[in-house]
Amino acid sequence: MTVSIDLDSTDLDQVRADFPILNRVMRGGNRLAYLDSGATSQKPVQVLDAERQFLTTSNGAVHRGAHQLMEEATDAFEAGRADIAGFVGAAPDQVIFTKNATEALNLVSYILGDDRSAHVIGPGDVIVTTELEHHANLIPWQELARRTGATLRWYGVTDDGHLDLDSLVLDERAKVVAFTHHSNVTGTGSPVAELVARAKAVGALTVLDACQSVPHQPVDFRALEVDFAAFSGHKMLGPTGIGALYGRPELLAALPPFLTGGSMIETVTMESATYAPPPQRFEAGTQMISQVVGLAAAVHYLSAIGMSAVAAHEHRLVTATLEGLSEIPEVRIIGPADPAVRHSPVAFVVNGVHAHDVGQVLDDEGVAVRVGHHCAAPLHRRFGLAASVRASFAVYNTADEVDRLIAGVRRAIDFFGQRGSA
Amino acid sequence: MRLEQMYQDVILDHYKHPHHRGLREPFGAEVYHVNPTCGDEVTLRVSLSEDGERVTDVSYDGQGCSISQAATSVLCDLVIGQTVGDALKTVQAFSEMVSSRGADPGDEHVLGDGIAFAGVSKYPARVKCALLGWLAFKTAAAEATASLCEEKR
Repeated sequence: MTVSIDLDSTDLDQVRADFPILNRVMRGGNRLAYLDSGATSQKPVQVLDAERQFLTTSNGAVHRGAHQLMEEATDAFEAGRADIAGFVGAAPDQVIFTKNATEALNLVSYILGDDRSAHVIGPGDVIVTTELEHHANLIPWQELARRTGATLRWYGVTDDGHLDLDSLVLDERAKVVAFTHHSNVTGTGSPVAELVARAKAVGALTVLDACQSVPHQPVDFRALEVDFAAFSGHKMLGPTGIGALYGRPELLAALPPFLTGGSMIETVTMESATYAPPPQRFEAGTQMISQVVGLAAAVHYLSAIGMSAVAAHEHRLVTATLEGLSEIPEVRIIGPADPAVRHSPVAFVVNGVHAHDVGQVLDDEGVAVRVGHHCAAPLHRRFGLAASVRASFAVYNTADEVDRLIAGVRRAIDFFGQRGSA
Repeated sequence: MRLEQMYQDVILDHYKHPHHRGLREPFGAEVYHVNPTCGDEVTLRVSLSEDGERVTDVSYDGQGCSISQAATSVLCDLVIGQTVGDALKTVQAFSEMVSSRGADPGDEHVLGDGIAFAGVSKYPARVKCALLGWLAFKTAAAEATASLCEEKR
């Protein structure tokens, strides 16, 4: 593979050849068009091969013992950490492995409620999130507020699906501001610099949910100046069971552990323990070793294509989807119709046809989309909806798949409009 | 076409023209059930005869997909007028059919229009849609029976 600015059809054919699942013929007799990468992405053979190679040659527990396999496994694990950290603009010791982004966000929310934390949250403090969030960046903060007696506040969302920066004014009571980088429903990006500036002005920490940005475009957490950020391996061509938390080093160094046990200690007596420096302090127990190797392979794969090329390719698909759906009068797109302000996911509803039924017709066509509230129930409620259809993209998707999506939506409208209306 | 097998005309008819829809008085119990994966919801009321033996009315409101709405419509057709015991047997038969992964075609004598939902059982993700109103009825019938027993004490 060569680094290119643009993915032409030959490049795309090569990419698709790395994902055997894309050749599957589904139960309706049609080839799979996988438009649910926002939920989980497919994995290239390079990722699977890397895990298999590791497991068949170098598997061992990391950071313990002294045999050769342990050394090789530790090297593979830490080399993976360095590559994954570099992919998001971080140094290796700024990346903590978790089982997924949800665990990463829970980790932050727990240590910020710990009385050993320099930034401990308590009664009278304010925790800020947004109405745009996935449940994973909302419920941990609800729970932190419940545990500590702090108050939860949030930025609202405008009618066109942007964060409403006028809906909340921060003051010194605000201790943490947690927000998504890209909405997993409206596809809108948050004004990170503005939110970071507002948080800094009142001394609040920032937590970025980067699940829907890291797989799709170049992301540099240090340049974004956020304090913490979370992302998930399985949404970026990597394995399940591996996610990561980025944290600024001076913060990580000053924070207590979340999960405790093996591997995260310095000295242990029957009465007490002292803890290892980051990142090990936050990585209790045997880690997801082959998954880190697999995620590192995913990072190599994406880097070889180039994240700018990935972003440009997906943007063309998003633009085509918005244009195609806009031509169908029954379709209401959630979020802005202007492709210039949108990223991968495109969620929509079809007047007169429930999202589940649209999804069922698309499934019959081999087109896999997400239906439901996409773990963003408050956001759906904000738009007066219970459920929507969501198409989301990855580097392996094609314009033809977008055409099949649009044709499938038209078929759903015909199917439910004509039949049963007598 | 698999799609037509699943969305039989009888299902689409009930979806477009639901029977017994709208909340009515009197009622012995009211329950609210949601399908957490999709946000579909139903509020359902059950009215029993004074002796608690018979289902005299089932009324409901809510929103959801064609499968959940049509299944609730069919439920009302079947269980209104039945004894509570027979109604619960109908619920059991419907539940077994839609959970059978295609193995149980359903007994038309017991399930009437309900056998149209046999095709849904091949789609595990949709089974909860079909059962939303039916499980709400089961809960509401139990609560209505319990409240009648309370009154008798």
